[in-house]
Amino acid sequence: MADTVSSADVPAMTGGKGFPAALEWIARRAEGFVIPLAALIVGMVLFSLFIALVGKSPVQLYETMWRGGFGSWFSIQNSLSRAAPLLLAALCVALPARLGLVVIGGEGAIVLGGVAAAAVGVALNGAPAFLVILLMGVAGVAAGGIWIGAVGALRHYRAVNETISSLLMAYIAIALMNHLVEGPLRDPTSLNKPSTQPLADIYRLGNIPGMEVHWGLVVGIVACVVSWLLIEKTRWGFAARIAGGNVRAAQVQGLAVGPLIVGFTALAGGFAGLAGMLEVAAVQGSANASLAAGYGYTGILVAFLARHNPLAIIPVAVLLGGIDASGGLIQRRMDLPDATVLVLQGMLFIVILFSETFYGRFKAFNPDLWQRPDFLKGTI
Amino acid sequence: MSQTIRNKAVGVETIGMTMRFGAFMALDDVSIKVPAGSFHALLGENGAGKSTLVKCMMGFYHPTSGDILVAGREVDIASPRDASALGLGMVYQHFTLVPSLTGAENLVISREKVPDIIDWRKERAELAAFMQRMPFKLPLDVKVAELAAGEKQKLEIIKQLYLGRSFLVLDEPTSVLTPGEAQEVLGLVRDMTRAGDITVLMISHKFHEVTAFADDITVLRKGKLTGTRKVSDLSQKQMAAMMIGDQPIAALDSRAEPKPDAEIVLKVKSLKAPDRTGLKSIRIEDLGVRSGEIVGIAGISGNGQKEFMEVLAGQRARHGGEVLIKGAPYASTRGEARALNVRLIPEEPLKNACAPKMTVAENIAFRTFDIDGNGKPVSWISAGAIKAFSARLVEQFKVKTASLSSPISSLSGGNVQRAVLARELTGEVDLLIVSNPCFGLDFSAVAEIRARIMRARNTGAAVLLISEDLDELLELSDRIFVMSDGALVYETPVAQAIVQTIGEHMAGHH
Repeated sequence: MADTVSSADVPAMTGGKGFPAALEWIARRAEGFVIPLAALIVGMVLFSLFIALVGKSPVQLYETMWRGGFGSWFSIQNSLSRAAPLLLAALCVALPARLGLVVIGGEGAIVLGGVAAAAVGVALNGAPAFLVILLMGVAGVAAGGIWIGAVGALRHYRAVNETISSLLMAYIAIALMNHLVEGPLRDPTSLNKPSTQPLADIYRLGNIPGMEVHWGLVVGIVACVVSWLLIEKTRWGFAARIAGGNVRAAQVQGLAVGPLIVGFTALAGGFAGLAGMLEVAAVQGSANASLAAGYGYTGILVAFLARHNPLAIIPVAVLLGGIDASGGLIQRRMDLPDATVLVLQGMLFIVILFSETFYGRFKAFNPDLWQRPDFLKGTI
Repeated sequence: MSQTIRNKAVGVETIGMTMRFGAFMALDDVSIKVPAGSFHALLGENGAGKSTLVKCMMGFYHPTSGDILVAGREVDIASPRDASALGLGMVYQHFTLVPSLTGAENLVISREKVPDIIDWRKERAELAAFMQRMPFKLPLDVKVAELAAGEKQKLEIIKQLYLGRSFLVLDEPTSVLTPGEAQEVLGLVRDMTRAGDITVLMISHKFHEVTAFADDITVLRKGKLTGTRKVSDLSQKQMAAMMIGDQPIAALDSRAEPKPDAEIVLKVKSLKAPDRTGLKSIRIEDLGVRSGEIVGIAGISGNGQKEFMEVLAGQRARHGGEVLIKGAPYASTRGEARALNVRLIPEEPLKNACAPKMTVAENIAFRTFDIDGNGKPVSWISAGAIKAFSARLVEQFKVKTASLSSPISSLSGGNVQRAVLARELTGEVDLLIVSNPCFGLDFSAVAEIRARIMRARNTGAAVLLISEDLDELLELSDRIFVMSDGALVYETPVAQAIVQTIGEHMAGHH
């Protein structure tokens, strides 16, 4: 008996007992789009109330936010620049999430990736540019990968809660960075803001032609597409989804859950480390405390809004990059503290988490209920 | 309240009970009569409406229409509180006692009104007086966790009597008991009905219990009343016919002759592993399963069967010993399982063998997604191929699903198990390890699943069947082991098996 998934001689079954196949396809996917979108809108409405409470006009606020984030070519480029690290930081949350892990310490991998990249860039001063930039990338990926891979290993082999350990390790990473840039790696000429020695100009990453946006945006988008292919189209991704869906079932199937977890968390950390490298090579020019700018934490929100789908991360990161970018303008125009956008992010996050409870509840999105009049049975 | 505890059986009647959930009729015009002091059995397949009916009686559901009479009087039962005020109580399939408290503490806290400050001396005296009137004795000052399953079930019944209930619904009360305990508990319950203390309505799947203890039976099918009869007028075959109607039931293949010299496929030697508490260990000294035979492992839940299964599945570390398959050491990797044709079907498939939110098609592909037609590993998987493969298996194994893209959690229990069997029984099987494959499934699914296991045996698979259902083991196995306290304590060929003896070993009386 043919015993494989790829026997092609079998007619495909379309939509079971006569769902219109296209309709079913749309309905099953629409849910993951409509619910986060609704949550986003509800979050913004709640935020309006907050703004009204402090005596400002929500309409003016959103108008300002739009102008600061997307209203002009200048602001769009600003938003895209901020989206670049968010793409990679969000992958650091989304990839482990597909394995059922909640990793929130991407910030640590970003910081260490940046320091490692800066150290390599300074140490190899004089070597050909493409080689140095490549090795800076490798160093960033390795540093971040080891950091978050260790979180995965602790989780699997020692049953340490990955959420807590990744957060605590982020604090350690930031402390480590401070130690390095204030000590062994410090550029003696950096007085106010201890930094590593600045990279030579040839080792800096430039902008995408025709835009004031650095190449990190392209790297981030490529990373998202690659991650999506990995999860949806390869056997490792399928195995990871099994393990994330039910680790006991994965074990019974003999899947190597430990290597999967370590591999995926290391890859996730690698992406975050790459974000740190890009911040150093394209933005800061050296590693310093500015690496801990909170991208790792905003990335958590991006990943949750995108429901851990790497392709959805792309538009969501741009949106959040825009909100981020508008912070300065809001501060100047409306006389609100720039932490205002953090309040918005917090509210969005709560609403997004709350919206998770609505999946599978709406008949329109759930074709399994279309032909089952008894669907209420299970809910009473 | 202690002064007022005096149980006097009452009869309960339902008239034209109808319960509608949306467009679904869970109960359709069901009228049953349970006379005072009778022992009445309620039979029906899963989804036949038994639970819905008793939940209406207990005030958990509000019937769409229909009336309930208690002691001949029409009553309005709007909540469980109303039901208990009328003396109606229910004993659930699983224990509802607090394990860390003693029997006495459990009884006192179960009362509707517990004083803010409990005068334990007074309570104990009253409980002692109450227990004097009970037909059986129980130690009330030990923690419930230390009681045997049979004692816990007795305590559940005592609790209902203590609360002054005179009409008891027992929901599959013996599913966690040994045959001996089941006999004893049901015997006591019957004596109480005979004495006119209580009326009992028992939901059961076990025909032999119904035949031995109940006076009357009522059968439901698809929400409708099939009929109420005197138990003495019916054979078990007739009861089954009333339950399932005229739908065909898969017949068990006749048992192919066992070959005593067939190859030993699974060999377990001096295996040791920690149990879930980490305090005790399980020890399997010597177990061999030959090609073409079913070896059953009986035992009450919690005696190490789960741990044994987990060791075989590679989910639990071993502390020594060997598992050999066809003579080769087996470490439960995917490669070994594939090369040696080993298949594992753990109990509660949705919880242990499926990813509930993944689709039916994906779940069916779990075993084969990473290889091509020649068994070579592939890197890229194709959703189309997975669907085509699953479509074929869904049809072969008659999995009822709205769509291949439905999450597998939307399927009924029987269909989840069919999907898992489709995945695990396709292709060549040399060793099949199954745990409680029919738990909680309906009649026709059970028959079909057992038939498939027997067919696998007849085509030469070695089958290790771990089950808490002794009837299932007696029906399928060639040899039966009893597992008690982490070890295999007894072995018998099925032809010489005596339920009594097996039961005693299960209870650890040897």
